[in-house]
Parts: sequence; structure tokens; C-alpha cells
Amino acid sequence: MAVSTSLENAIGMSGAVLFVLLASNIIISVIRKWTPNSVRIPVFIVIIATFVTIVELFMKGYFPPLARSLGIYVPLIVVNCIILGRAEAFASKNSIMDSIADAFGIGLGFTLAIVIISFFRELLGSGGIDMFGFIKFSIPGFSDNPISILIMPTGAFLVIGLLLALFRHLGVMKNE
Amino acid sequence: MSDTSLIAIFVSMALINNFILAKFLGLCPFFGVSKNLKNALSMGIAVLFVMLLASLGTWIIYDLILEPRGLEYMKIIVYILVIATLVQIVEMTIKRTNITLYNALGIYLPLITTNCAVLGVAFWNTQESYNLAQSLISALGAGIGFTLVIVIMSGIRERLELSNIPKPFKGFPIAFLIATMLGLSFLGFGGMV
Repeated sequence: MAVSTSLENAIGMSGAVLFVLLASNIIISVIRKWTPNSVRIPVFIVIIATFVTIVELFMKGYFPPLARSLGIYVPLIVVNCIILGRAEAFASKNSIMDSIADAFGIGLGFTLAIVIISFFRELLGSGGIDMFGFIKFSIPGFSDNPISILIMPTGAFLVIGLLLALFRHLGVMKNE
Repeated sequence: MSDTSLIAIFVSMALINNFILAKFLGLCPFFGVSKNLKNALSMGIAVLFVMLLASLGTWIIYDLILEPRGLEYMKIIVYILVIATLVQIVEMTIKRTNITLYNALGIYLPLITTNCAVLGVAFWNTQESYNLAQSLISALGAGIGFTLVIVIMSGIRERLELSNIPKPFKGFPIAFLIATMLGLSFLGFGGMV
């Protein structure tokens, strides 16, 4: 969530999460029959940590600017509740193909959420979208004086709170 | 960064770069436990305690074992295991020695093993290459900042239970909006360092 200041960061982060989720779901699903029940959580954590390390090294090697702007949030994927949650709730009980499908579903849901949030934050917070130089536009007359509070950390809380309320109002999401 | 003064690190970690409001770490306990003032305080103290221990443990491991041997890339795996082990040891120790303390903090300890705020402090200290004293002060600042915000939040949420909130905003949306306003007021500390 902290990385949702721009679309670039959001997509980089989602890619990393999707990879870790997919890879760890596959491995955990493969070894589920040989993992003793009592030590399964430490085993899952070590597997997830391994893939996070791979992602971190890969990002540092090939996308240094992205790695710099994501900072400590890349290693922190390891304690992302989604990944351990899916490993425990789904991959440790289901077949490999089902686990891959589950990883894609959950990963894409995460991507969608973080992309929507970062889209609003970047568009209104810096006055335009600039994605790796491919897509570039700004709102005329607005980009000189954007709502800069939105790219500050506290802006993320604001955008998420308002989006949640909006989705509930529209009936996309259920009330508690 | 290694010449930053200890006071500057403390103020920065506790107020300016507050873990919850500015770095988004430890949001699960922030939204989960902050419904009740007493629980929030216990949670905050438990986190503070584990942060201190984790910073000490990970600093020793990183600076004395991993770095001299060029094994920096192992830090993610090692940190998680170090923190999990430390929490386990602490839990067993206070269970044997101080049952009152165990009843107060006990149930929160296993929960914060995989708390992103605790691991976040460890990675932050490594990234900024703090020395031992700086690591401990930054953990102390982060823990106090965390406790402060979670306690303020729980006080506000206790009041919210009694107030009339528009239906779509009930629950999480209003909590996020309150966090926004807390964050805005904490921005005022920005000029202190």
C-alpha cells in the first residue's frame, strides 16, 4: 500500500507479489504431502522468504530505480498476509493446478486494487500519469498545482477510505 | 547516514516517519486491535519490546555473521527466523518467570512474530546501516510511535461506536479516514529534524 504513489511502483510491486505468490503456491502444493503438519508454518515461511530473496536480487540487478523506490517494501513481501494466508488456506490442501489458478486469482485481485489506488493517487497527486515513458499525459491547467497531499503517505489512507465507501455505496462490496 | 544523531533518529522514527502513518507498517494490528484502549496499549508495549529485541538480534547477526562473510542476500530468511526464535524464547521465559506479565502480553507475542512493523525496523536499520546504538534507538522510537498512534486511534474508535456514521462509511472506511486525519496532524512534526 505504501508503494501506491505511482502506477510504475504499483505495477512493479504487483509483479513481485504475483511471482512470489505463484512460485510459493506451486512449491507448497508440491511438497504438501511430505510436510509434517506441526512444522508447516516455518517451512512455508522459509519457502516464501527464498522467493522474495530471488525477486529482490532480480529487481536490484535489472531494475535498480524501481528497487530503490520500493526500498524495504520488497523484503517485506515476506510478511504480506496474503501470501502466507493463501499458502496455509489453499496451496497446502489442493493440487498443483488448482494452486496455480488460486495464485493467479488472488494475485490479480491484489494488482487490481493497488493499481486503482495508485492511479487515483498519481493522477490527482502529481497531476498526470507517467508510466515508464510509454503512457504519458497530464491534466491541462491542473498539473502545475496538483493535490500533493495525495502522494504523501496519508493520502493513501484517504483514497482507500473513500474508494471503500464508494464501492460499498454502489453495492460492489458487501457491508460488514 | 551513520553520523545521524541519536535524538534525530528517535524523533524521526517516533513522529515524522511514524511506522503506521507514514510507512504503512503494522496496519493489521492497527486496524484489528485498535477497537479497545486497553488492548491497544498492551499490543503497543509488546510490539515495542519485540522491536528492541529484534533490532538487537538482527544487528548482531547481520554485522557479525552475514556481512563479514558476504552473505547479505540471506538477510530476509535469516531475519524472519531470528525474530520468530526470539519471540518464542521470550514467550517461554516470561511464562515461567512472570505470569502477570505473561497474561498481559502473552497472547500478542505470537501474533507479532510476522508483524511487518517488527521486520520493517530490522530492514530499515540494515538499509540505513545504523550501528548498534542507533539501531536500538530507532527501534525504541518506532515502538513508541507505534504505541502512540494505536492508542490515539483506539480512543477515537471507542467514541465512534456511539456516533452516527453514514452507512457506506461504517467500519473500515471511517477508520481509514481517521487515519488520514491523524496522518495530516503528524505531518506537522515534519519540520522538527
